[in-house]
Amino acid sequence: METQLVLEKWPGVISAVSIGALKDEGGSRSSVVKIGGQTTMPLLFKDGNIPHKPKIAFEIWDIAPLDFDEELTSAYGKAINDPFTWAEICVKDYKAELLCLKMQGTHPDFGDKTPQEAAKFVSTLLNRFKTPLIIIGSGDDAKDNLIMPACSEAAKGERCLIGCAVQENYKTLVASALADGHNIIAESPIDINIAKQLNILISDMGFNLERIVVNPTIGALGYGLEYAYSIMERARLAALSGDKTLASPFICFVGQEAWRTKEAKANPQQGIMWETLTAASLIQSGADLLVMRHPKAVEKVKNHIETLFKK
Amino acid sequence: MALSGLDIYKLLPKTNCRQCGLATCLAFAMQLAKKALPIEKCPFISPEAKSTLEAQALPPIKPITLGVDKTRFEIGNETVMFRHEEKFRNPCGVGFIIDDNLGDNEIKDRLAKIKQLKFERVGQELVVNLVAIKQNKDANRFLEAAKLLLDNTDLPVMLMSNDLVALKQAAQINFARKPLLYSASQENFTQIGAIAKEFELPLVVTAQDINQLSQLTKELVSIGVKDLILNTGEKPIADKIWDLTQLRRQALKKNNRALGYPSLTIVDQADPYDEAMEAATYIAKYSGLVLIKGFSAWEILSILTLRQNIYTDPQKPLQIDPKLYPIGQVGRNSPVLVTTNFSLSYFTVLGEVEASKIPAYILSVDTQGMSVLTAWAAEKFNAEAITKSLNSFGVKEAVGHKNLIIPGYVAMISGDLEDQSGFKIIVGPKEAAGIPAFLKNIG
Repeated sequence: METQLVLEKWPGVISAVSIGALKDEGGSRSSVVKIGGQTTMPLLFKDGNIPHKPKIAFEIWDIAPLDFDEELTSAYGKAINDPFTWAEICVKDYKAELLCLKMQGTHPDFGDKTPQEAAKFVSTLLNRFKTPLIIIGSGDDAKDNLIMPACSEAAKGERCLIGCAVQENYKTLVASALADGHNIIAESPIDINIAKQLNILISDMGFNLERIVVNPTIGALGYGLEYAYSIMERARLAALSGDKTLASPFICFVGQEAWRTKEAKANPQQGIMWETLTAASLIQSGADLLVMRHPKAVEKVKNHIETLFKK
Repeated sequence: MALSGLDIYKLLPKTNCRQCGLATCLAFAMQLAKKALPIEKCPFISPEAKSTLEAQALPPIKPITLGVDKTRFEIGNETVMFRHEEKFRNPCGVGFIIDDNLGDNEIKDRLAKIKQLKFERVGQELVVNLVAIKQNKDANRFLEAAKLLLDNTDLPVMLMSNDLVALKQAAQINFARKPLLYSASQENFTQIGAIAKEFELPLVVTAQDINQLSQLTKELVSIGVKDLILNTGEKPIADKIWDLTQLRRQALKKNNRALGYPSLTIVDQADPYDEAMEAATYIAKYSGLVLIKGFSAWEILSILTLRQNIYTDPQKPLQIDPKLYPIGQVGRNSPVLVTTNFSLSYFTVLGEVEASKIPAYILSVDTQGMSVLTAWAAEKFNAEAITKSLNSFGVKEAVGHKNLIIPGYVAMISGDLEDQSGFKIIVGPKEAAGIPAFLKNIG
């Protein structure tokens, strides 16, 4: 007797988000990165469609990194002390598809750059590199509300992904993204209800739900990875069952979490492995966009993604 | 699919005789559905109904024990597709394949290194589970290598050979250790099944598609082999994910007994990163046993940590011992930060304190594994609980000051806590990420 396969057909679909705008779309990027759009849980090609592979963004800063592990800085060499050279290595040497710019230098404790300086930095970066861009603030809410509108405006029309909107502080960022045509990152603290609530709040401002990417706030391997893993699975199942307010692709800040761990700092190979395995595991729970740090970890995970999607 | 109370009711005598202690057969059926009462409580149940209900009561994925004595481990017995639905029960076994064409010294050396692969993380011991010897040469070498394996490892063993004469001999000298045999196929299942039956050994069953696989397991069960492990052979990773998912669905959603066994996956990658990613993928996606070749500590620690994460019970968060932890070269003036004994809270604070490079004490309060705000809401992280910990964990003896840094989220307990403890309360950052900057500022 033939065994009847158990297929899971879902009514829902995850939003397809495009990052970067080409010339004819009003931007100046040389490519567009697309994520999301799937109608199934990760990698179950027989259950539904998975139009886009998970993508990797290289994390760069607007200043020299402050607390990077030696293994990380040595992977880039002295170049890492100049943000533009750092970006150049990512783009030219490592063929970065996406850059994730963290405006750390605007933080009151780490340089306190002005909105004008921040905007100038973003314009210069956009001029020098044609890679689609993610821009995130320094995490200081008050300061982010000053610099992010300036950064957003400087990147107007480039369809960046900007963040991170949080429950207590999302209005300024949403207004900027609306005005300048960007996608937005909505961040919630490993909490599916807050993720949903924030998506609703953002869409209540007239922002298209389908242009939101959710940052579920991950923990690294061994540091709460399983919480994000299950929150992502729960949100994804709800979205596929038809909850449009949770149907956002996921962005996971893998590099920053992995390299904070003592295991990563203990030994270079283990550090690369920690970042690699954190990324590979979260792909299994639905990560669409991985923000990573070490070039070798990026290379390994990228090859892994290609292998996963090889037909 | 479990039977509902109503489904069970249809199988009962419906006489409402009350012999089971309940008022009606329907009430009894509801208790049976919840597995709150045994079927034996009904003296009048028909044998047919009893066997139907007993079959229902069996776990959908058969638990299989590998090995003997202290190092034995159980796989299978899983009940959910996603860990948040309840939990994943029996952690995927991690084993190593050793080829018999390696020299004796190389084999011994690997086994010695594998023996060292023990790690402690978050209060748990992480261990590897099995060693497999794989035949690449003649029967004599396989037997020699199998003996070498037996003499040099306490771990459960697995014998991998297509040469059934050699396999039988190896099984014979090994049977007390209950080796796992690899593997039954369409071509050899009668013979290898006979070996497994004779020595009462668990057996891997291999077929590329699940129809063949379920035919094979039925054949093997009919000749008396009880403990089976499923393998769908060499395939691209995405196809393996599909197979593993499908096998789990067949067992859980269709109660397909022929496929209700744990699964084996074999990773064949030379690069340690590729190997670890593939192994991690199978661990996350339902594999009961994963076999690899690499044995570097940094690779194995990563894989075992992932397994620990995936198999952590979502309802019972990992906890650490509540006590005063010195971080770095602490002294009489080192700051004291208080947090919960929820592992994630503690390790997040720990990471930030370490990153600050400022030696400090972390006081972990017994909140029964609840995080800061949850514990505060449950009154397990309030002035009273923190004061008790300050007194019982020797904070006054360890430092020469009376300052205590509390998480920003519980700023509201400052007043009470100051009154009860006699410590000066300093409200710290809300998120642990703010700790390094905070410590620098107060320093």
